[in-house]
Amino acid sequence: MSKIGKAFEQGKAFIPFITAGDPCADKTVEFILEMERAGADLIEIGIPFSDPTAEGVVIQDANIRALKAGITTDGVFDIVRQVREKTQIPIVFLTYVNPVYHYGYDAFFKKCQELGVDGIISPDLPFEEKREIQETAKKYGVDIVSLIAPTSAARIQMIAKEAEGYIYVVSSMGVTGVRTQITTDIRAIVAEIRKVTDVPCAIGFGISTPEQAKDMADKSDGAIVGSAIVRIIAKYGMDAAPYVYEYVKSMKDAIR
Amino acid sequence: MEKGRYGIFGGQYISETLMNELIHLEEQYEYYKKDKAFNEELQTLFNEYAGRPSLLYYAEKMTKDLGGAKIYLKREDLNHTGSHKINNVLGQVLLAKKMGKTRVIAETGAGQHGVATATAAALLGMECEVFMGKEDTDRQALNVYRMELLGAKVHTVTSGTMTLKDAVSETMREWTNRVADTHYVLGSVMGPHPFPMIVRDYQSVISKEAKEQILEKEGKLPAAVVACVGGGSNAMGMFYNFIEDKDVALIGCEAAGKGVDTQLHAATMAKGSLGIFHGMKSYFCQDDQGQIAPVYSISAGLDYPGIGPEHAYLHDTGRAQYVPVTDDEAVDAFEYLARTEGIICAIESAHAVAHVRKIAGSMSKDESIIICLSGRGDKDVAAIARYKGVDIHE
Ligand SMILES: Cc1ncc(COP(=O)(O)O)c(C=O)c1O
Repeated sequence: MSKIGKAFEQGKAFIPFITAGDPCADKTVEFILEMERAGADLIEIGIPFSDPTAEGVVIQDANIRALKAGITTDGVFDIVRQVREKTQIPIVFLTYVNPVYHYGYDAFFKKCQELGVDGIISPDLPFEEKREIQETAKKYGVDIVSLIAPTSAARIQMIAKEAEGYIYVVSSMGVTGVRTQITTDIRAIVAEIRKVTDVPCAIGFGISTPEQAKDMADKSDGAIVGSAIVRIIAKYGMDAAPYVYEYVKSMKDAIR
Repeated sequence: MEKGRYGIFGGQYISETLMNELIHLEEQYEYYKKDKAFNEELQTLFNEYAGRPSLLYYAEKMTKDLGGAKIYLKREDLNHTGSHKINNVLGQVLLAKKMGKTRVIAETGAGQHGVATATAAALLGMECEVFMGKEDTDRQALNVYRMELLGAKVHTVTSGTMTLKDAVSETMREWTNRVADTHYVLGSVMGPHPFPMIVRDYQSVISKEAKEQILEKEGKLPAAVVACVGGGSNAMGMFYNFIEDKDVALIGCEAAGKGVDTQLHAATMAKGSLGIFHGMKSYFCQDDQGQIAPVYSISAGLDYPGIGPEHAYLHDTGRAQYVPVTDDEAVDAFEYLARTEGIICAIESAHAVAHVRKIAGSMSKDESIIICLSGRGDKDVAAIARYKGVDIHE
């Protein structure tokens, strides 16, 4: 059992996502600490990948900026190490499987355990391929956070039954990115999940405004926001900290 | 072997949003594979529309010139739309139509797969959108216009390296966005299961015909079959019905660009390593962090950092052999075939011709080699002229 449960203990959880190393590793550390101060309950840290096929243009660009700035997988671990000197907030990696495969599953998850990374989300490891990392992640006590999509239908219960940490409910079709409207019947998906598990559900993809966050959190256990934060960092770069703080605070206040 | 796997290779490393669609696709594919009416319809399209069976042509002048094994060309370049791509596309678009889809999307590198998809979509009355890297819309401008003539919408992809891999990523993104009425016509034996299997099966018509044709002409099997390898679909089609014939050497030719010792190549087998990308576990050109490497080839169709999972398996089991061929060698072979046989082949296919020029001379005159001439070279003429420093005004 990881620390992830804690994120959902005080009401609805607000979960910001940030791309590691954008604009540079030191700033990522600073932004994470600011987000925690602003009320974030759990941090998703994206490990940059050259070809993020599930990402919209905002996060694609952040990946490219971070890689250009020289981030490596060990560099991401170093960000976590620095964050861990200051806080025990739950941390989950969002990563495509190839960088992890290349690092070596054992070495990667061992390092996660050492540094206190609580979970991993992999957009290209659906239920059928989870076995790729399942044993190793378990050995080192790292939760595998599963995704459930608007198209999951009969797969919802199959996935939910084995869920760990929290369930990432994908709000919309398509890739990550800010959306003006979310039309998926979230309540129905969450109800389906609830038939088989108590693992918390957080909604992500497309959320950017406090109103959307409140609406999504009302229907579940929390809201995940990525592109909107990454966009602020793209805009303000090295000076983004106060803007990230204000934004996260407004979002957390909305769902509290 | 486990379903969807070739040894350790293959799999379905894809977003959850697409999983039900892939499962459905596999079910429908298996259903129509056994459906007599479907197969008759496809065969009619192959024969009456695409011009199959394609010729197995004895390249007598080339054979004499090289002085060894008899050389045969499997003329996929003579198919309607000018390449082997039409085989897979007619199968997939017909299947999509039976599945009730009204729209197809596709990636394209050289533009051949995009043109083939746009063609089949026009014929079968489907909406069509094609994604193509900016690098390729520039070097294959004529094919862009061809697709538009056929009624397709072409999207220029400006992300990443702006080549085939980015076109694949972008088409996957679009499919995630809109899957209910849309089928992704993947252009090679790659991506998540069931694509490597479906594309191989539709392309296997190449070796099915070639085997009958060579037995008729030579009374025995060839010593080797040779094909160029991008994602690997014409090669898989050329290899498939010979896999069990252990005496037939299977040789894939990958793009070595400026040379495998430079950074500018797309030689996945020679220089790549194991990885997981674009839905499959296979070999990829990548750096020490598992970031996919930019690749290069004069040939847009071979300019891809990965290779289909069944090839990875044939490679690891030693059943097939993969060799690198440089830009210079391919351009030489392109000119050689034009002058020797009066055939202007695709620059992709010229990679296979180049390798045969190296090996045929040392083989016995009783033996034969089949080259899969995957496409015709009209699309490449301007680029070859540029490569040779010739200034032509179209
Ligand atoms: C003529 C031709 N040959 C070969 C290829 C490479 O694809 P594959 O390796 O899937 O046959 C292409 C791709 O665009 C092509 O146009």
